[in-house]
Amino acid sequence: MTGYFGDVAALARKDLLVELRTRDTVPAMLLFVVAALVVFHFALPAESSRLAASGMLWIALLFTALLALVRAFVGERDQGTLDGLILAPCDRSAIWLGKTLSVLAFLLFAEAVALPAFALFYENVTWELVAGVALANVGIAAVGTLLGAMAAAARARELLLPLLFLPVAIPLVVGGVGATVDDDPGRYLAFLALYDLIFAILSWASFEYVVTE
Amino acid sequence: MTAAALLVAGLSLAIFWAPEDADQGISQKIFYVHVPVALTSYAAFFWAAWKALRLLWKGDERNDLESYTAVHMGVIFGVLTLVTGSIWAKVSWGQWWVWSEQQLTLFLILFLFYSAYFMLRYSTDPGPRRARTSAVYALFGVALIPVSFMAIRLAEGLIHPVVFKRDGPDMEGSMFLTFCVCLAAMLALAGALYLIELSGKRADASLRALRERLA
Amino acid sequence: MISASGLGRRFGERRVLSGVDFGLERGGFLLVTGPNGSGKTTLLRLLAGLLAPTEGALEIQTDRGRIGFLGHEPLVYRELTALENLDLFGRLYRVPERRERTGMLLERFGLWDARGEVASTFSRGMLQRLAICRTLLHDPELLLLDEPFSALDAHGTELLQAELADAAGRTLVVASHQPERIDPHATQRLALA
Repeated sequence: MTGYFGDVAALARKDLLVELRTRDTVPAMLLFVVAALVVFHFALPAESSRLAASGMLWIALLFTALLALVRAFVGERDQGTLDGLILAPCDRSAIWLGKTLSVLAFLLFAEAVALPAFALFYENVTWELVAGVALANVGIAAVGTLLGAMAAAARARELLLPLLFLPVAIPLVVGGVGATVDDDPGRYLAFLALYDLIFAILSWASFEYVVTE
Repeated sequence: MTAAALLVAGLSLAIFWAPEDADQGISQKIFYVHVPVALTSYAAFFWAAWKALRLLWKGDERNDLESYTAVHMGVIFGVLTLVTGSIWAKVSWGQWWVWSEQQLTLFLILFLFYSAYFMLRYSTDPGPRRARTSAVYALFGVALIPVSFMAIRLAEGLIHPVVFKRDGPDMEGSMFLTFCVCLAAMLALAGALYLIELSGKRADASLRALRERLA
Repeated sequence: MISASGLGRRFGERRVLSGVDFGLERGGFLLVTGPNGSGKTTLLRLLAGLLAPTEGALEIQTDRGRIGFLGHEPLVYRELTALENLDLFGRLYRVPERRERTGMLLERFGLWDARGEVASTFSRGMLQRLAICRTLLHDPELLLLDEPFSALDAHGTELLQAELADAAGRTLVVASHQPERIDPHATQRLALA
């Protein structure tokens, strides 16, 4: 068991180290999410409800996540390092888990900026919103990493990933916005947890098939 | 052949025999097409997922073609569902699209999802990897069906207040029979198209293999 | 150790490899030759488990963790240092006494001084030497080398030749389109068209 989680930790650490050295992904995410929030201000009518503003936040978060997800496997494929990982005796699902954890970390960094920006520009950030974001992060990272691996093996991968990702992400938006806005956030948070459970397990189990030839 | 016969029978029954529903009048007849088409679409997606599962378990490449064809059927019938649903909405409520129609919204999401399936296949080079990736995606699709359904129900109260109520048809005997015949007809039609397309694709594959061997 | 019968691999419409038969017993040294495009790389990738055959059968009597593969790409992370790279692979391959072994290999291949530098600063020759370290790190039973000399500098070439000569009970499969250097050591040859 420790071998498995040791592998996961080593792999996640590797991704974070690479990001630290290249600073490719996270700064772009930070800039993008703030820019998106500003653009949305001009897209929304003057007296917008909390509902509308929350919706915009979730759209911004989804597209910011896509930035990270596209990059997750493209580098590994192009440089061939993914082969190195597949050759190794570690369980292929460990590769997925390691990558998912690092994507999760990037999302958290982005949200550490996005949420205060949201509070500044639009509405208060309540604990329900934070909980919703936290739960949705897991779903986004889990499914997105798997789909990212699928897309990285294809041509036109930057176009393909959003197409694959957005339909699957719709329930997350419902859950997230609901948790933010509704009087009874518990239902929506429970739903997000259910989504996370189902799709994380599915992604974990099927990664092997997506990444081997 | 059977499909054609059933289809004709079903449609005639629907149009001539089944009594008009008290509330909606003749427009209600669309129901006999819309719901069977929707159910057939679901059936196709589940069949595709089953074939996908078999591909991943057994590794038999033929399952890939079968899964792909099934998804194709599902999407065709899904589009029909959206179109007939839209017609029904227009006739019933005067609008071409009604968000509160949960089934319709669900199909919209599924349509987007499975359309992306084709993009995925198109962009990936043929081979065992494409087969496996498509299979995994097809499995995600059927997981998405209940999850999206739940999401839509949750979204219901949130975003679009329920304005239109549709009474599920209280089906009398004759209506029920007509419905069943139509359902059988649609499934038979889908099955027939599936087999036709499958044999066509298999013929293509054999032709290619032959050509290669000669080259 | 390895037995292949009727082995073949197709990529879409293109058949790259077809009807390959051979057997290699433990400790043997197979030299695979052929012009560019004859499928040497594909064969090695099949043996490594990076590709699955589309026809025929392949049996390899060792598990993934005991195979060492050196391909066209060095398969190292450019943004990590030599030490970090080997540390990562050492962990994944469960190499015992990881640090000592890493140090020993880096020193043997003349990379000890550069161990703290990120791989993106390495020359092509140094990268190839690092790749060789990665390949040998877990003391593999089966070594698969695809054109190992092509990116090496003179120093590295010497080191690798020494390594190959002293096979230490390993089974080797080497693909090369300039087999003169290795030919004397080989026990078997396979020529792809």
